[in-house]
Amino acid sequence: MRLEAKGIGFKYEKGPWLFRDVNFHVEAGEVVGITGASGRGKTTFCRILAGFERALEGEILLDGQKILPKGMHPVQLVLQHPEQAVNPRWKMRKVLEESGTFDENIQRLLGIEKEWLSRWPGELSGGELQRFCVARAISASPKFLIADEMTTMLDAITQAQIWQAVLETAKERNMGIIVVSHERKLMERLCDRIVEL
Amino acid sequence: MKMNLLSNRRQKTLWMMVIGTIVLLAIIFSKVWVDTDKILTNLNTRNVAPTWDYLFGTDWLGRDMFTRTMMGLSLSIRVGLIGAIGSTVIALTLGMVAATMGKTVDRVISWLIDLFLSVPHLVALILISFTVGGGFKGVVIGLIATHWPSLARVIRAEVMQVRSAEYVQMSRRLGKSNGWIAVHHIFPHLVPQVIIGFMLLFPHAILHEAAITFLGLGLSPHEPAIGIILSESMKYLSSGLWWLAFFPGLALLIVVRLFDKIGESLKVLIDPTKAHL
Repeated sequence: MRLEAKGIGFKYEKGPWLFRDVNFHVEAGEVVGITGASGRGKTTFCRILAGFERALEGEILLDGQKILPKGMHPVQLVLQHPEQAVNPRWKMRKVLEESGTFDENIQRLLGIEKEWLSRWPGELSGGELQRFCVARAISASPKFLIADEMTTMLDAITQAQIWQAVLETAKERNMGIIVVSHERKLMERLCDRIVEL
Repeated sequence: MKMNLLSNRRQKTLWMMVIGTIVLLAIIFSKVWVDTDKILTNLNTRNVAPTWDYLFGTDWLGRDMFTRTMMGLSLSIRVGLIGAIGSTVIALTLGMVAATMGKTVDRVISWLIDLFLSVPHLVALILISFTVGGGFKGVVIGLIATHWPSLARVIRAEVMQVRSAEYVQMSRRLGKSNGWIAVHHIFPHLVPQVIIGFMLLFPHAILHEAAITFLGLGLSPHEPAIGIILSESMKYLSSGLWWLAFFPGLALLIVVRLFDKIGESLKVLIDPTKAHL
């Protein structure tokens, strides 16, 4: 399985081109890092890969095929701010069930405690919420996972725990991972190769 | 110990709501427990000041003011209820349509909202109820047609905000359909807005109904509405029959305040960020 971006270009409304002719690919089971200065469009590029945004030029191919806009997307994105990625009027159990499967194994790996499931999002900390977002994305069994500054606001121990769980599941399922981060050390530790945008 | 105190505050709110609701239901169904014979003309007991037999006194025809007030309030609440439900339905429909059906529709509906908001409620209400023939029907249609804009605007904004939220985009990538998202993501956010909007429309509608009836443009004089009781009583105020206007007016105020209070309590009870209070 191979996720490929061919000649991607994007701009917002009438602004200048954010980036043009970007080529990028990830193989199944590979961990690739994307770096670049702030405002270079890393997040936008990730959003295009995950189908949140449509590229103005170029195309995203999965094994040479276009990804259908409907149905479960094979590329799942975990964002920087978990509190915006969770409906504040849903209890956490419902948040997890949105992915269609309720995978207790992944929850245990990520250190999600049973009692958190019956809480409101407002009653959990950022790190606890992010674990839920990661669990939701992985339970959807995506072919690729994009971690856009996924652990930036977390402390070192939580960071390590989440990454360990993600890498373990990735290896098990032969899932490709794209890491976006400013932390050079973290990237070097995780990634098979690092690409500059 | 601390947890106990906090849960009590939530209980207090709940109790307040229950009591308020019971009082309002008792007024709406006052025909069942109030002696309606007392509303008949009885010239032996004219102009009696409030006593235990006649709680709110009697008027210049010997009719019991308590009974009249209760029946008037019951009518007013019913008018307000129909008016508020109608307005809420219009507001919900237009608000959702404006937020989801594209820019042109949105512009037209926003223009309509601005148009209705730029005319004072009371003036529009009088004009509309007069045009469709006055009476009960006229007042109700007038109330429905004039009270929806502010709630419609709130709903439109809420739908737009939730629609573009990250968790909705996420939901779409998880393969959820538009219908599923509307039911599970957007609707739960509208419920509190709609309920609270509805509860706050209610006192508004009742007051406006009473106001145009008081001015003689609303319900017909043979219906025992609060507005009619008040406008008739005005003539007798100078002759010292203070209870004719005082008690019905006070009762109207209390009812309006009760609705407000229930609406606010609901708001606190529904809001998850206040779930621990």
